[in-house]
Amino acid sequence: MNETIRQQIVISGVGGQGVLFVTRLLAEAAIEAGLPVFTSETHGMAQRGGTVVSHLKVGPFASPLIRPGQADGLICLKAENIAAHGPFLHPGGWTVVNSQADGPGHVDADRIACGLDDARAVNLLVLGFALAAADEAGKPLLFCAPADVQRVLQRRLAQRESALKRSLAALAAGASAAKVAI
Amino acid sequence: MTRKLMMGNEAMALGLVENGVSLATGYPGTPASEILASVAKSRRLRTDPIHVQWAVNEKVAFEIAYAGSQAGLRTAVSMKQVGLNVASDPLMSAAYMGTAGGFVVISADDPGPHSSQTEQDSRLMAVMAKIPVLDPDSPAAARRMTAMAYRLSEAFRIPVMLRPTTRVCHSRQDVAVDAEVLPGREADFKRDPLRWAATPKFRLKLHGELEEKLARIAAWPETAPVRHNPAAGGRRALVASGVAAAHAREALASLGLEEELPFYQVLQPFPLHTDFIDHLIADYDEILVLEETVGVIEMQIADRHRTRGKWTGAVPRVGELLPEAVFARIAAFAGRDVDVPQLPAVPGRRPTLCPGCPHRASFFAIRKAAPKGIYTSDIGCYTLGMNLGAVDTVLCMGAAISQAAGFYQAYRHAAKPPPVIATIGDSTFFHAGVPALIDAVVQQVRFVLVILDNRTTAMTGNQPTPASGVGACGEPLNAVAIEPLVKGCGVGFCRTADPYDVKDFIKLVKEALAYARETGPAVVIARHPCVLEEARRTGRPPGPPPVVTDACDGCGFCVERFECPALVMNAEKTRVDIDPILCVGCNVCIQVCPKGAIEEAKDR
Repeated sequence: MNETIRQQIVISGVGGQGVLFVTRLLAEAAIEAGLPVFTSETHGMAQRGGTVVSHLKVGPFASPLIRPGQADGLICLKAENIAAHGPFLHPGGWTVVNSQADGPGHVDADRIACGLDDARAVNLLVLGFALAAADEAGKPLLFCAPADVQRVLQRRLAQRESALKRSLAALAAGASAAKVAI
Repeated sequence: MTRKLMMGNEAMALGLVENGVSLATGYPGTPASEILASVAKSRRLRTDPIHVQWAVNEKVAFEIAYAGSQAGLRTAVSMKQVGLNVASDPLMSAAYMGTAGGFVVISADDPGPHSSQTEQDSRLMAVMAKIPVLDPDSPAAARRMTAMAYRLSEAFRIPVMLRPTTRVCHSRQDVAVDAEVLPGREADFKRDPLRWAATPKFRLKLHGELEEKLARIAAWPETAPVRHNPAAGGRRALVASGVAAAHAREALASLGLEEELPFYQVLQPFPLHTDFIDHLIADYDEILVLEETVGVIEMQIADRHRTRGKWTGAVPRVGELLPEAVFARIAAFAGRDVDVPQLPAVPGRRPTLCPGCPHRASFFAIRKAAPKGIYTSDIGCYTLGMNLGAVDTVLCMGAAISQAAGFYQAYRHAAKPPPVIATIGDSTFFHAGVPALIDAVVQQVRFVLVILDNRTTAMTGNQPTPASGVGACGEPLNAVAIEPLVKGCGVGFCRTADPYDVKDFIKLVKEALAYARETGPAVVIARHPCVLEEARRTGRPPGPPPVVTDACDGCGFCVERFECPALVMNAEKTRVDIDPILCVGCNVCIQVCPKGAIEEAKDR
C-alpha cells in the first residue's frame, strides 16, 4: 500500500450531471491501486436538480469531508459553481472546469458532447480531461492515469457494451482536448 | 483481503447480514434508504433465508422486527430520524419488555439538515426510551458496530440503537469484505406473558430491571470510550463522537496536537460509561465536547463548570458540525491562533421537480382550478410544488390531509371560506394519510385531496409502495389499490386521471371542488408514473423536444408558472428556448403556453 499518496479533490456540478459517477470511478481506481479512500455525496432532496458536490480523499484520512482551503483539486462540471466551491482549494490547487471561456484547465465539454451526439457525456469528458492534464512541471494532476479509470469502466460496464463504448469515447475525447490545450 | 468501495448504508447492511440477521424491515427516508435495499442485495452471502421487507410505515416496520426478536431471531429495523418519531410508541414499550434475539434499531440523523424537516438527535430518543446507543464515525465503524450492537443487545436483552448521520450513511470508504458470516437461528418463542404482555403493575418491575441494565451497560468494556493518545497530558481533554470524532482526528493532526491534547472517542454516547465520567471530572479542568446534534454526552458530564460544548455555547447548536468548525473549536480550545478559511455563502441552485415530472402538471392544474386556494402538502418530491406556488404548508408525513381539515374548520364560519386542496404522494398516503382521511370523512370536511400517484416512492430512490405488488428483493407480492381504499374510507367522489392531459385534469379538479363545496371530501388520483423510474424500467430514450415558434414573445408565463428546468428564457427576455439536454419530450408545456407558441416536434 502506498501511504505517501494523499490527495483531496472536490467534484462539483448540478443534479443529473453525473457528479457521483465521476466520484465513484476515481474512488474505485484508488482501491485498485491499493489506496485507502473516502468519498461523500449529496442525496435526496438536494439531488433534484440542485447543486451537487462530492468530496474524494485518497490516502490515510479519517473524515469524509474536505475542509475549505485544503483541497488539491476541483473538478467542476458547471462553471457557475466555481464561486461556491473554489474556496475549497488550497493556494496553488488546480481547477478543471467545463466552461466556454478560455483559460488553464478550461474545457468546453458541452460543445464536445454535442459533437459526440451524447449530451450526457459531459461528466466523463471533463474527467478524461482532468486525467490527461498536467501541471506546469509536467506532473499529472490526478493520482491515477486514464488507463486506470478505463479499467474501472470496463469492469463496471462489462455487461453493457454500447454504454461502455460511449463512456470510453467520452473519456478519450476529454483526454485529447487536454493534450491540445497543453 | 478484498476491499470494496462501500457506502455507509451498504456497510451497515453487510454488518447485519454477517451477524446473522434473519428479519430486516424499514421505511425509506434519506439518509437511511439504502440500508434495507443493501440487506436485500447481500442476503446471498447466507445460505439460510432472511426476510427483508419495506413496511407501510416505521411503526409497523418496528413492530414486525421486534416480534422477530421476541421469537429469538436477530432482527433489525432501519429508518430516518423523523421516522423514529412515528415508531416511538413501540420503542418506549420495547425498552421495558426487553428482547430475546438481538434487536438493532438503526435511526439515521441528518444534521444540516440536508433532506429532512428537523435536525433532531435520535440519541435523545434513546435517552428517553432508556436504551443504549452507538455512534459510528465512518462506514467501516458502522459495520463493526452492528456486531457490537448485537452482542450488547443479547448480553442485556435490550433493544440497541445504532445512530449514523448523513456523513456516515452517504460516505463511501474501502471496506474489507471477506469476513466470517454467521447463520441465523430457528424461531423459538418462549411464552412469558408477565413480560411480553405486562400489565402496569409488572411494567413497574420491568422499569426497575431496565434501570439495572442501564447501570451495567454503563460499565460494559466493549463499548467504553477509546483514548487515542495515551501519552498526551495536561488538564484539558477533548471528547468527541460520531463524524465529529473523525473530523477531530484530522484537525488534531493538522494542528500538531496529536500527542499533546488528550483525545477520547465515545462509542456509546448513552449511557455514558460511569468510570469515564468520574475520570474526566477527576483529571481535567476543561473538557471540550464535540458531537452531533445535541449535547447528549455533554449533559451526562455532571460538572457544568468544566465542560465546553453545545450547552455552554462553545459549540454551535444548529447545523452540521463541519470539519472547519471542529478545527476552529479545537484550535481555540488549545490556545492556537490560526486562520480557518470558510466557504462563502453563495446561493446554490434550488432543487426542482425533474423535467417531465407528472407532479408539475398536477400542481399547474391545481393552481388553475383554485387560484385562491389554501394548498396543504406533504413529504416527498412534491414538496417542490412550492416552486409553482401550489404548496403552502408541509408539516410531516400524512399531515396534508389533517391540516386541510384544520384549515376547513378554521374558516368554516367565515363569509367566504377559501377552497382547500391537499396534495399527498401515493407512498405517503399509505404511510399516514389513511387515518386522516377517515377522520375527514367522519367530520364532513369540505376539501379536495389530490393523491399524486406516481407508482413509486420517488424521493428516496424509487422503493416500491403497497400498490406496487413488488417486495424489497423484487419478489412478487400482493398489491393494495388506492381507489377501493379511498372509497372504503367513505369518500363519495373518487376519480382517477392522467395529469399530463392538463385541460381535462383542470376540469376534473374543478368538478371535485364543486362536489366538496356541497358534500364533503373529494379525492382525485393523479396517476402518471415517475419519469425517472419509467426511464429506468423501460430503457426507452426520451421523446423529441417540442418546438418553440415565432409566436413566443417572451412573456415568461411558462417559466414562472410551469417552472420546468428545460424551459429557458433568453438573456434579452424576448423568447423562451427548450434545452434539448434536459427536455424529456413530455409535451405538457404545449398545453401550458397561453400564446400557443409551443408545438409538437414534426418528425415524431
